[in-house]
Amino acid sequence: MTEIFGFPIQALMGQLVLGLVNGSFYAMLSIGLSVIFGMLNIINFAHGAFYMIGAFLAWMGLYYWGISYWWSLILVPLAVALIGIAVERTLLQWIYKLDHLYGLLLTFGIALVIEGMFRHWFGVAGQPFDVPEGLTGGFNLGFMFLPKYRAWVIVASLTVCVGTWFIIEKTRLGSYLRAATENPKLTQAFGINVPIMVMLIYGLGVGLAGFAGVLAAPVLQVSPLMGSNMIIVVFAVVVIGGMGSIVGSIATGLMLGIVEAIPKVLYPEISSTMVFIIMAIVLLLRPAGLFGKER
Amino acid sequence: MSRRIEHTPVEYLRVTDLHAFYGESHVLHGMDFVVNQGECVSLLGRNGAGRTTTMRAILGLTGRRSGSIMLDGKDVIRLPPHRIARLGVGYCPEERGIYSSLSCEENLLLLPKVASGGMSVEEIYAMFPNLKERRHSQGTRLSGGEQQMLAMARILRTGARLLLLDEISEGLAPVIVEKLGEIIRDLKAKGYTILLVEQNFRFAAPLADRMYVVEHGRVATEIERRDLPSKMGLLRDYLGV
Ligand SMILES: Nc1ncnc2c1ncn2[C@@H]1O[C@H](COP(=O)(O)OP(=O)(O)OP(=O)(O)O)[C@@H](O)[C@H]1O
Ligand SMILES: [Mg+2]
Repeated sequence: MTEIFGFPIQALMGQLVLGLVNGSFYAMLSIGLSVIFGMLNIINFAHGAFYMIGAFLAWMGLYYWGISYWWSLILVPLAVALIGIAVERTLLQWIYKLDHLYGLLLTFGIALVIEGMFRHWFGVAGQPFDVPEGLTGGFNLGFMFLPKYRAWVIVASLTVCVGTWFIIEKTRLGSYLRAATENPKLTQAFGINVPIMVMLIYGLGVGLAGFAGVLAAPVLQVSPLMGSNMIIVVFAVVVIGGMGSIVGSIATGLMLGIVEAIPKVLYPEISSTMVFIIMAIVLLLRPAGLFGKER
Repeated sequence: MSRRIEHTPVEYLRVTDLHAFYGESHVLHGMDFVVNQGECVSLLGRNGAGRTTTMRAILGLTGRRSGSIMLDGKDVIRLPPHRIARLGVGYCPEERGIYSSLSCEENLLLLPKVASGGMSVEEIYAMFPNLKERRHSQGTRLSGGEQQMLAMARILRTGARLLLLDEISEGLAPVIVEKLGEIIRDLKAKGYTILLVEQNFRFAAPLADRMYVVEHGRVATEIERRDLPSKMGLLRDYLGV
């Protein structure tokens, strides 16, 4: 059997894997967006830019400085987190008390500046990034061909997502973070240094975006625009999944990746609209999102 | 001489000319009071007098403040809230402040230890068996009384030497209130310093060494415990009971 209802299985499965790959990026980015919003009260429009920085740092590491992909996987998220912390300390911390709109405008401005710098240096054309040695080729599963690198992206992202979930939901540091998100003033009056928690959360959130950027470099073209192409869908993921739910971000990210990919075989015209159709339906039926708590 | 030697009181908390605002509204108009080491002092007053605000102002949780707050000889009015807490101040807020995103036990363990000498988790569970039973429940799924116990219990773990307790007897069954009274007596015996805000005068009166009546954001009068019987009439006028 090579077809379902006249559609080729090979192509469907291929799209399914691609959907899961994209979904993994959505999941990692939306976790960051949602924890940042929870604690900083800021809709971080710069999130896509940090993802792009992650991909570029990996690319520059490989072609300028001879840093291997594997080292980048560890070093780049840390570097991106540090850049994020610097942005938080110098810019964001001054606007927490203001309306959401200011945070949105400021981070949008930051995103434009970062994107502009990379366009200036590297142009808009995508830079190719070779799949690292050891992850080239793929597995022939009989009914489909599974590229090794795509499988790796899915496994690595899910591991990091589950790790993030574990840190936030199951550790002592996580209980500080949750408490500071829920009631920052009281938490600080209990002796917890909330401003540092806020800084850490921003670093963690954009660090995850940086990690996603490194993983994405060999799959997608490394380009200054890769972040802004991604971020709109990621916002939709956060809205559909519900703010503040990590499990919701992971599940919704993967689901939307698939929902977007499958129509590419069945009815390509609708594929990029699919996410927003779902968003509209979810908002009508459950305004707090699929996994969010009604307030 | 067989007379017991009275220790000269050591000031632990001195609030002088404390003004505090919520946004534009001026709530405290020059609070002045002292709590000595090992003392239990109660702030009395009608609803809206500014007692909760006084505690929040000590911790830096209100808006703009002025005046001075001397804690163990150090002015803390310029410190951020977490530094004040770390100096050994434990706060049991009026609204209880139990976190819904934390389990009962996470709520209990959330507060960092600020000094040695706090109660162990086992001791706390022995004192409040309900909390042990419900330790895996979401914090806000506990009953009102259980949440009140939790709010009190979690500061006993930290070793804080100055306890700011806002309406801790509210909504609790008489047996539990009695138990809280014992706990406070016990804490006093151990040398803890306590600032108690209470609506329940019958709960506060036997515990307090001194009382301040607060009115319109300032101290209207101070009453020593030994003068209480003679000043009941005055107190009634102030509190309108
Ligand atoms: N967040 C706030 N913003 C503005 N005004 C406030 C705020 N909280 C309290 N107030 C005002 O400050 C005054 C003192 O309130 P506070 O809560 O300190 O009173 P209280 O003595 O604790 O009374 P209660 O017995 O009702 O607890 C009140 O007039 C109240 O309206
Ligand atoms: Mg009050």
